[in-house]
Amino acid sequence: MATAAAQRTTRTADSAPDTVDTAAYQHAFDAAVAADERIEPRDWMPDAYRATLVRQIAQHAHSEIIGMQPEANWITRAPSLRRKAILMAKVQDEAGHGLYLYSAAETLGTSRDELLDKLHSGRQKYSSIFNYPTLTWADVGAIGWLVDGAAITNQVPLCRCSYGPYARAMVRVCKEESFHQRQGYELLLALSKGTPQQHAMAQDAVDRWWWPSLMMFGPPDDESQHSAQSMEWKIKRHSNDELRQRFVDICVPQAESLGLTLPDPDLRWNEESGHHEFGPIDWTEFWDVLKGNGPCNEQRITQRRRAHAEGAWVREAAAAYAAKHTGGTGGTGEAGHETGAQRA
Amino acid sequence: MTATGPATVPVTAALALGDDALVLSHRLGEWAGHAPVLEEEVALANIALDLLGQARILLSLAGDEDELAYLREERAFRNLQLVEQPNGDFAHTIARQLYFSTYQQLLYAELAAGDGPFAPLAAKAVKEVLYHRDHAEQWTLRLGDGTETSHERMRSACEALWKFTGEMFQPVEGLEADWARLEAHWQESVTDVLDRATIPLPEGPRTGAWSAGAGRQGLHTEPFGRMLAEMQHLHRSHPGASW
Repeated sequence: MATAAAQRTTRTADSAPDTVDTAAYQHAFDAAVAADERIEPRDWMPDAYRATLVRQIAQHAHSEIIGMQPEANWITRAPSLRRKAILMAKVQDEAGHGLYLYSAAETLGTSRDELLDKLHSGRQKYSSIFNYPTLTWADVGAIGWLVDGAAITNQVPLCRCSYGPYARAMVRVCKEESFHQRQGYELLLALSKGTPQQHAMAQDAVDRWWWPSLMMFGPPDDESQHSAQSMEWKIKRHSNDELRQRFVDICVPQAESLGLTLPDPDLRWNEESGHHEFGPIDWTEFWDVLKGNGPCNEQRITQRRRAHAEGAWVREAAAAYAAKHTGGTGGTGEAGHETGAQRA
Repeated sequence: MTATGPATVPVTAALALGDDALVLSHRLGEWAGHAPVLEEEVALANIALDLLGQARILLSLAGDEDELAYLREERAFRNLQLVEQPNGDFAHTIARQLYFSTYQQLLYAELAAGDGPFAPLAAKAVKEVLYHRDHAEQWTLRLGDGTETSHERMRSACEALWKFTGEMFQPVEGLEADWARLEAHWQESVTDVLDRATIPLPEGPRTGAWSAGAGRQGLHTEPFGRMLAEMQHLHRSHPGASW
């Protein structure tokens, strides 16, 4: 951290600087972002920057915990013990990612409880991709290969995001996601080279997950409401369309190696641009799912609300026990059973 | 059954220990996405993964792990009835975990100290199981001595599962352990934890009237058949396929 950082940390974000000071802090913030320095929790930052980060990190955290559901759907049916171990470890990683990300959001002054309330009441969203169902075992592979693949394409640039805690969380997340992506590819490869029924199962899953995966990069650049400001703040480094194209270019040769096809008759290599052209995306479906009309929106949020509600007595017990035995300071053991009530 | 595996491993014992780990791991895996707090998603999955790792080693000592897990009928499984009991609420899961982890940790510590065929595995696993036991004890304390509701739920769970605890101390062929001493240590430890959790020690019998031998002899409870149906259906639907 260089000199700009030293200036920025002289006052915490909680205090109310006068107008002159605000201009000075804004100047120091802009300089730090321009110099590719990291903004840290105690640094001054514009309210809108903080709000944008909270929104984005929360949505990301929510996606991790909702994203456990479609894959957990297959833990009890995994067809070999090796696959079962891999899948359980993957779903566990996602819970862990949720933890890092909620912690990153807490550094911005927003508690996990507050964010969970917003998720449960529909005021904050999670990635629409998890509103699609996992209908066969091959869907576990397709999620790993395509959904985690798309997530990595989106997230690798976030390791250089201007906000330090988010960027550092993403370094860990991306390492694990790249393992997830490889296991998905490997799972599909085994199916593709397996019996005709297994091959068909793999192809069907790829057919269903391909287009929703392309939608994960968000609306086209000219319709993306938050993109321009986020690029300026270096929260975002590449446009939605750029990242989508990068993902397609990565997937096309991988699909060939898998012996599977991608469900797009317009897909072709463009020698001139050096990219794979692809057909039009059905944005009506995207907006429809986003608005709550996807195949699993209601199921996912209902399960989440129920797990939270049914766990309330457990969290209350942990808080009550901590209050009795440690004077309410929490810290009740290595498994980290800190509850919202303790944190609040 | 007196058959022995390739490295003179007693198959009956490998199946008993392996099935315990396999079945409890499966039950814990059912919690994924349903845990009361995010930290417990991580912790329960962690315990499930440890147990699955143990199961894979143990079943491989007895034969092909997937054939054994996916192609045996219910009556051929040798796990304790305790581990196949449905998750119930979080208190039931914790009570099941307290009873089993205490048993498993004491048994593995004894096996690790000996020079039998399970000593190397037990020496490695006992470290994991010590954590499982601690996790269960900490939660028993929190729930027992937390709120009125949690106390009542924990008390009721400890009582409901009590009748499955006697089976743990019936000698298993091929396992050299001092079963009476194991049982005494188990009782002492569980009594101490429940006492600290302000939960009265259950008073009922520790085995069901009709279930002598029970799970170790392949006699299981109704929910187990459904659990296996779910676990095995995909594998069985594609005979001979590899995954």
